[in-house]
Amino acid sequence: MQNKINQNTDFEVRSLDAMCINESNIQHKWYHNIKYLIIGVLFGIVFVKSEVISWFRIQEMFRLQSFHMYGVIGSAVVVGMVSIWIIKRFNIKTIYGEKIEFHDKKFNKGQIYGGLLFGFGWAITGACPGPLFAQIGTGASVVIVTLLSAIAGTWFYGLWREKLPH
Amino acid sequence: MIEFLKQPWPWYIAGPLIGLTVPALLILGNKSFGISSSLRHICASCIPANIPFFKYNWKKEVWNLFFVFGIFLGGAIAVNLLSNPVAVQVNPKLTAELAGYGITNFTNLVPLDIMNWHTLFTLKGFIMMVVGGFLVGFGTRYAGGCTSGHAITGLSNLQWPSLIATTCFMVGGFIMANLILPYILSL
Repeated sequence: MQNKINQNTDFEVRSLDAMCINESNIQHKWYHNIKYLIIGVLFGIVFVKSEVISWFRIQEMFRLQSFHMYGVIGSAVVVGMVSIWIIKRFNIKTIYGEKIEFHDKKFNKGQIYGGLLFGFGWAITGACPGPLFAQIGTGASVVIVTLLSAIAGTWFYGLWREKLPH
Repeated sequence: MIEFLKQPWPWYIAGPLIGLTVPALLILGNKSFGISSSLRHICASCIPANIPFFKYNWKKEVWNLFFVFGIFLGGAIAVNLLSNPVAVQVNPKLTAELAGYGITNFTNLVPLDIMNWHTLFTLKGFIMMVVGGFLVGFGTRYAGGCTSGHAITGLSNLQWPSLIATTCFMVGGFIMANLILPYILSL
């Protein structure tokens, strides 16, 4: 019983403001995570080859000077939408036979304030969190500083969370 | 084939591939595609400092750290094995505008003229890298997701709070790039 309560509390904390909640209850050995590493590698290659992690492409996007980024994000959303519809419609299971779960996102004011602040940072650095990792991979070593600063930003959000309007 | 892969990939190839990450992660293990959470897991694992927001079992989320490490490796593989020596082709208007700020090197994915270890210790470099990075980390967590979690996963699952967040990302970006960044680049 005690154990169960602990698990629930953990789930509550992890689900705070997160899109990613691990729904799987199956315990796996660490090497099962290699498959996510492989998806990450493929994803990183696409990031670089399509130039979506280019600071210059982000500047073009926010000046409405190119369709490229809108095409990338737009077509990604369409493919994602159709995929999720297919998964729900045909009740597709994971490779381990688990039901795939979706959770509705609740609105809070953080999506507005935080969204605007992230927008400022995105236009300055030309990167969202994913591209930061890929840019470092391409050898732009100074981006390590940007990444550490982003980690610090996340940490201070956690520290000030109770005082911020949500 | 390799020659073909070395060219910059058009949006109609890259976008659908990025979109396919959503079902791939769901089918491989019920994981929601989102990247900014990795920053939170790094905080929780390295510097939790007894902050309630970081007190959870981050080991259950370790897949996310494998995923972002993969993105790092993917960047390294793409630039070493599939790189294209031609500089990024952007709108001539942007080239002209950036030249006015002394940004003329388009060979890298980041503007090396203003983002390097030397400019880090100038006011402009500090704002571009340290302040900018802080806003990315703080803003994404405050908003509960970034371009992947909200704009791609959230919109794919028809979540209206994600539409609000994505709209705010874009509004913030438009304000910064057009109204504020010119002053920062002029420093």
